Amino acid sequence: MILVTMAAQSIIEKLKASNLLGRGGAAYPTWQKWTAVKEAKADKKYIICNASEGEPGVYKDGFILENYPEELINGLKIALETIDHSRAYLYLRHGYYQRFKKNLEKLTRGLPITLFEKSGHYISGEETTVIATIEGKRQEPSLKPPFPTQAGLWGYPTLINNVETFYYVSKIEKDSYHQTRLYSVNGEVENGGVYELPLNWPIEKVLKETKNWPGFDFFVQAGGGAAGEILLPEELGQPIAGAGAIIVYHRQKTNPLTLMKKWAIFFMDGNCDKCVPCREGVFRIAEMLESEKVDRKIIDDLCFVLEKTSFCPLGRSTVIAFRSLTNKLLSCQYE
Amino acid sequence: MNKKNRIEISIDQKKLTAFEGQTILEVADAYGIEIPTLCSHPDLTIKASCRVCCVEILGKEAFAPACSTKVENGMEIITLSPDLRRAREINLELIFAQHCQKCPDCIWQFNCQLLNLARKFEIRINKFTDRKIAYPTYQFGPAITFDSSKCIDCRNCVEVCEKQNVKFLEVKERGHLFQVVPSRSEERDCIYCGQCVVHCPVGALEAVGEFEEVEKPLWEQGKTVVFQFAPSVRSSIGEEFGLPYGTVVTEKLTAALRKLGADRVFDVGVGADFTTVEEAKELLERLESQKNLPMFTSCCPAWVRYVEFFHPELIPNLTTTRSPHIILGGLIKTYWAEKESVDPEKIVVVSIMPCTAKKYEIKREELKINGLRPVDHVLTTRELAYLLIKHKIDLKTIPPEPPDYPLGSSSGAGLIYGASGGVMESALRTAFEKLTGRKLPRIEFEEVRGLQEVKKASIKIGQHQLSLAVVNGTGNAETIINQLKSNPREYDYIEVMACFGGCIGGGGQPVPTNAKIRRARAKALYQADAAKEIRQAHKNPEVVEAYQKYLTTKEKISQVCLTKFFPKEKEN
Ligand code: SF4
Ligand code: SF4
Ligand code: SF4
Repeated sequence: MILVTMAAQSIIEKLKASNLLGRGGAAYPTWQKWTAVKEAKADKKYIICNASEGEPGVYKDGFILENYPEELINGLKIALETIDHSRAYLYLRHGYYQRFKKNLEKLTRGLPITLFEKSGHYISGEETTVIATIEGKRQEPSLKPPFPTQAGLWGYPTLINNVETFYYVSKIEKDSYHQTRLYSVNGEVENGGVYELPLNWPIEKVLKETKNWPGFDFFVQAGGGAAGEILLPEELGQPIAGAGAIIVYHRQKTNPLTLMKKWAIFFMDGNCDKCVPCREGVFRIAEMLESEKVDRKIIDDLCFVLEKTSFCPLGRSTVIAFRSLTNKLLSCQYE
Repeated sequence: MNKKNRIEISIDQKKLTAFEGQTILEVADAYGIEIPTLCSHPDLTIKASCRVCCVEILGKEAFAPACSTKVENGMEIITLSPDLRRAREINLELIFAQHCQKCPDCIWQFNCQLLNLARKFEIRINKFTDRKIAYPTYQFGPAITFDSSKCIDCRNCVEVCEKQNVKFLEVKERGHLFQVVPSRSEERDCIYCGQCVVHCPVGALEAVGEFEEVEKPLWEQGKTVVFQFAPSVRSSIGEEFGLPYGTVVTEKLTAALRKLGADRVFDVGVGADFTTVEEAKELLERLESQKNLPMFTSCCPAWVRYVEFFHPELIPNLTTTRSPHIILGGLIKTYWAEKESVDPEKIVVVSIMPCTAKKYEIKREELKINGLRPVDHVLTTRELAYLLIKHKIDLKTIPPEPPDYPLGSSSGAGLIYGASGGVMESALRTAFEKLTGRKLPRIEFEEVRGLQEVKKASIKIGQHQLSLAVVNGTGNAETIINQLKSNPREYDYIEVMACFGGCIGGGGQPVPTNAKIRRARAKALYQADAAKEIRQAHKNPEVVEAYQKYLTTKEKISQVCLTKFFPKEKEN
């Protein structure tokens, strides 16, 4: 007993020292989540590994499942050992479930880990929606508090981390973590793919080192796929945020309105339609783009309520993309 | 009362004391600070989906919904600011653009929360195009219409229908968006309780109005139009005319109906007295023979349909006694018609009910007497109010008049039918005396009163120790049904009303309807009962007289007072 506790203590200490932040997009300190669940008083606890990766342009979790599944399962094992009376779910998007089921079953044999095939849309990757999905409830986010760490799956304290987070937990435990992250580089690039590179590299450096710096006028969308921020070449001196996607677009060949419409439709399909700003706001943006009558004042209004009043992070996250695109790519053409 | 910790917060720069665990909205309400709301209904879980109640919290980037955000010590809250106004306006505009407004035809126009907010915020109702213009209108049986082009997707109805354990309303994906739709599953069907209607903030769900059918005979030659109104209507309809919650308006209502053109006005409370007499008789018979116990009440047609559709195995347990307005309608077309020498074919009986399911009940074929339906039309409380307002009849100012003889004066027991527990209490008041031959020592059965979802009591009548349950909400009835599976004789007599709190919270009642309002309406009925000289159904002279003069044979009693039930298939 005492031994376990000491081991548990030491992994949380290590997580803290490593300053690992969640890699699902929200960048919450991992050690804090782990401590909260570990210290919660309950006779049952759950651990969920979120492999719902649902945004266009983000492939890093699939990359880990394909290339380093042992590392991932080891991360889960560490969590199971750290958090007493716990069981785990590996929550996989449909495609990943199909592709990796066999291998994952082999790797988790004898462990209290259940593979769960995700259904539904993008929203079902949001953490409270993940819980609702596993419980068989309607797929929509629920109010926080209580946070999953307090009352998550079936009301028990629940630790939800992304695939990449568990992957790094494993590395941290073995002292082989060197402040790296995974970048999904794609779009109009020569050498698209997933790269493991230092956390603090500017985007420009990532593109150059991976031999993906375009030879044409371009812009990128950086962060989390459709929700990423539009950045112009001169803005690439900063490190990346969110889920680590870098999508490169050809400035001349890309119609920004078409691009924005693509996102709007993605969000309209992917959201849960629960709250007004996200359901109606995104619908109205899509409608406007469809009719090609873009009223910047109205887009500004809609972004305002999406950002200020959305129920969950999904609604809020749409604004970064919409706003940065309208500000940076539409200003000259449409004003 | 509240042992929770006191904390200090500020709202709009005013320092206030609140309790830990309260939401911002609760605190604001307590201090009379107005925050606009739309999707929140105190009967239901907090949805926080309309985002109209958002407020600013110092130090927080995004706005917080007041309905779901708990106060914390030191929290500084702003409820009014240009940014908040902007956010509320935009969200209201978005909501209005998914609600095809048909206000002039809508009977909610005076109570519509959305319209009131739109006026208050002076929003541009047509900033966006109506996106639901092509959405269909569904009709559920003869009782409910659902105009989905008015629906603002708050999902209150879905929650309420789920709470009823009916689950007929569902959220389904159509194209890019989710919509509220009736279920296609063979296992689910509407029971017409109308709880979805009173929990819809925008009138997308309504009862099937029968206005023309009711108005036409009023000016047609040769028709005798008889109105009868249910117990609970008298303590709720005043609300529609600005009277305080729980104002009993029996005689004003009678006067208003006469002004509308009624030839006679009777009180369904008298019908309830007949139901009580027959139901008490049946209870005693079943206790004697020990057959088909527990006995369930059957005066709520939504509950009856719940049994017939979901639990046909319980049909033998339903009392075969007809519901009050059906008995009274039957008596009007037989007993009264004979007495007054009116051709029953020329009588039009209109019931004013708190209920949408009664619109379905009157269409049941097995109720016909000599080929005639006992009741021809049902208007809900809301619908009658709308009609009175349309005819410029003001209930508030009209001088009171008593209902007609011989079916217009009920006992106190008849009045409490409107509240959950009332049917049971009425039956007990009569059964006790019938069985023991002794006078009731205490007329009130407090154990079965109150608006709790499930009440249990054990009462000794003669040599029988009766185990009783009183339930409101079919979801709660399901819990009792499950209990019976393990112990079939756990109860002897069970009252079920489909609506929360009984008929005072019925699907046809004025909006808003919530726990506080239901309590006021129920209290008023119990007060009206206490004020009556005769408080037992079998002692009502009008009832005694009818049994002496008309209900003299088994056949006649069975024709007017008894009914049958059948397993039901999906019809919607
Ligand atoms: S009337 Fe009752 S059963 Fe029918 S949809 Fe409404 S809540 Fe459900
Ligand atoms: S019908 Fe009414 S209660 Fe139901 S979701 Fe629509 S607006 Fe809400
Ligand atoms: S409880 Fe009353 S109002 Fe509600 S469905 Fe039953 S009879 Fe009608």
